[in-house]
Amino acid sequence: MSDEVTPDEGEERDQHTPAEETAALLKEVSGVGADWRTALLVPALAVFTALVIGGLIIAVSDVELLRLWADSPGTAIAESWAVVSSAYGALFRGAFGGARAISETLLASSPLILAGLSVAVGFRAGLFNIGAQGQMLIGGMLATVIGFALEIPVFLHLPLALIGAMVGGAFWGGIPGWLRAKTGAHEVITTIMLNLIAVQFIDFLLTTEAIQRSGRDDPISKTVQISARLPRLLGFLDRNDLRVHAGIIVALLSAYGVYWILFRSTIGFQFRAIGRNPDGAKYAGMNVVGLYIGVMALAGALSGLAGANQILGVPEYRAAPGFAGSIGFDAIALALLGRSHPVGVVFAGLLFGALRAGGQQMQAAASTSIPIDIILVVQALIIAFIAAPALIRAIYRVKAADAGTGQLTQGWGS
Amino acid sequence: MTAAAATTEVILTPAQVRRARILGIVELALAAIVIVVFAIGSEGDGRFTLSQGGVDAPDLVFPAATVSYIVAILLAFLGARQVTRGFGDKANIVLGIALLLFIVAFLAWATAQSPTGQFNMTSMLKLTIERSVPIAFGALSGVLCERVAVINIAIEGMLLGGAFMAALVGSATNNVMGIVAGVATGAVLAWVLAVLSIKYRVDQIIAGVVINIFVLGLTSFLTVRLLAENPHLNNADVFRSWDIPLLSKIPVLGPVLFSHTLFVYGLFILVALTTWALFKTKWGLRSRAVGEHPKAADTLGVNVYRMRYLNVILGGMIAGFGGAWFTVGLVGRFDENMTNGRGFIGLAAMIFGRWHPVGAMAAALVFGFADAIAGKLGILQTGIPSQFLLMLPAIATIIVVAGLVGRSRPPAADGQPYIKE
Repeated sequence: MSDEVTPDEGEERDQHTPAEETAALLKEVSGVGADWRTALLVPALAVFTALVIGGLIIAVSDVELLRLWADSPGTAIAESWAVVSSAYGALFRGAFGGARAISETLLASSPLILAGLSVAVGFRAGLFNIGAQGQMLIGGMLATVIGFALEIPVFLHLPLALIGAMVGGAFWGGIPGWLRAKTGAHEVITTIMLNLIAVQFIDFLLTTEAIQRSGRDDPISKTVQISARLPRLLGFLDRNDLRVHAGIIVALLSAYGVYWILFRSTIGFQFRAIGRNPDGAKYAGMNVVGLYIGVMALAGALSGLAGANQILGVPEYRAAPGFAGSIGFDAIALALLGRSHPVGVVFAGLLFGALRAGGQQMQAAASTSIPIDIILVVQALIIAFIAAPALIRAIYRVKAADAGTGQLTQGWGS
Repeated sequence: MTAAAATTEVILTPAQVRRARILGIVELALAAIVIVVFAIGSEGDGRFTLSQGGVDAPDLVFPAATVSYIVAILLAFLGARQVTRGFGDKANIVLGIALLLFIVAFLAWATAQSPTGQFNMTSMLKLTIERSVPIAFGALSGVLCERVAVINIAIEGMLLGGAFMAALVGSATNNVMGIVAGVATGAVLAWVLAVLSIKYRVDQIIAGVVINIFVLGLTSFLTVRLLAENPHLNNADVFRSWDIPLLSKIPVLGPVLFSHTLFVYGLFILVALTTWALFKTKWGLRSRAVGEHPKAADTLGVNVYRMRYLNVILGGMIAGFGGAWFTVGLVGRFDENMTNGRGFIGLAAMIFGRWHPVGAMAAALVFGFADAIAGKLGILQTGIPSQFLLMLPAIATIIVVAGLVGRSRPPAADGQPYIKE
């Protein structure tokens, strides 16, 4: 813990030119000026340790195995090893074993990258966006409606659906930004509550006549038309199981866009300024209210795209309750793992996509059938280790770069 | 601290004036809704039945339109006064009263509309108390932590973890052990929060989110892997409600307040106990000093870290106890993510209650009421889709947090790690 800067004092780094600032931030993402190997060491060890603990949980939660411990510990250890290795084997095969697995990993990565960018943008402005889930739902729903209701050519339809998703997400994300700026309501509480509201609202919409698929009693929307779907990237191979679609391109372009906005544009500089020191930004004459709304709207738009990904890119191309899944939570972990930098988020997103795709395989495989929820546990552990690098240093006795999160968010009063 | 703020006349900043106006406008808007939706459309009488559980009481019959007009006038008066003169530090209470009035008008309208034309008010209020239990425990947990300047976002995870372990241990042994397990789980999770945020100085909100995600993942994982295959491990005895002799026979009040499980009585006792302890004991004074000005407290010989560890773990135990309510206090079995955001609502109740145990309890009752209404209104067939009713607690939370967080002042050092020099 080298940099003991209390939030009140602000940071003097804001004084530098944007170019220097960018250089400093790039250094930060690659490891606070230390050489790059130690910089990657903490994230790598964090992921590794989290997987090890996940394995322990898998072994300990097996009732049969627990009984075996009493009789013959030796066999129990061997059996535990077998269970855990077959589980992680299935996970690895599901993530990287062959064309289909890699396609599934990329498929799972694209919404994760987009939602991760959403959380990362918030962090850069000192805001903790837990609302990716709700923003995904609202944005995705708007994309769904545009997708099934309009009959226009593909070069108009798909962009329109994506823009709709961004607008919906930006609206839902802008509300907590506005509330924060105007009333001081903390975004952690408001975004979580907006998630709960969005879940109910989507449940309601899915049962309305205009949206519900005709002839169905269960809450499922009408199917999005082909002209609004994200095209499959490997469609020319004529293999039905390669489902990776243009969403991954949308995600990568968005990552570049976020990079450009954050580090190359004036508004991005202002976003980061309110993150570092809101009072300073205010005295420098920045429109803090507008910036809070703007940054949350940007975050919401990114989440909205993530939501659209789940509808326009994934068969059956329709909305059902909970189509955002746990991506909103995953996004927090991967934004922290990627140090809130677009490049870091892309790599973290690919890793989490692999975990997700592999986790599904692990759950489906009859020999293992490990519930995919273990992935959430692993992700929580990753955040813990990334946020407290001292833990990792204590476990492995390494002298790693001290790139802790420090004070990222602000309390109620400020 | 709060006492000092309450007695001195404060000069309002422009932000406070604006906030007072916003609150006033919200109250005026409520008045408008009452007139347009409830008063004009209402016909006939509603009947609030008050008998419950063998305790008799006369019914309350009233013309719905008249009730709505009276409520609208009261709301308009409160709103107009709020806009013009403001209620100062009573604004919270006034908003609470305004929300209650609004709900009375709503219930009057809904009852008169419904096919049966009657609604059991006593059972509704009883349900309010029950539903406010986890929210109040969460809020109390938050009060203890934040009084020593540790933000506890992990209340949700502590409730969920407590609920899970209470179900598991309660099924394997008995429900008393279930409570013990729930409390212990809360303590362990709180200890983790304390280590992360006090020792490793991790951003407290991130530390809390880590715990929430961890508990959500682990309990869901174990539910599928362990409880689904061993249903006997997810079938705990539920505590039955216990009527307090004599008191439970009072009409209306008896069934509402004195015919509950030990969780409700435990909550009442705990609220009184923490209020006394926070404001009348050495421990309380030290806690508040640590939360307001840790450096000064340290200089005077208070062990800041020890106080923070102690209070956070106590807070975790309270949240774990509240979590046990979900399983051994209510349904006896654990379901994935069964707390469903109640911990966060508890956090909002803590803010609404201005970091005071009694205030937190009162705020929890407001949220409990919203929760209970969502549960009961299905019976009245109002034509409002159930999903909108289920949004009520969340919407109330946003209004409360947006309207009040700036007004009520958190402990001065809230959320900041302390570094001993």
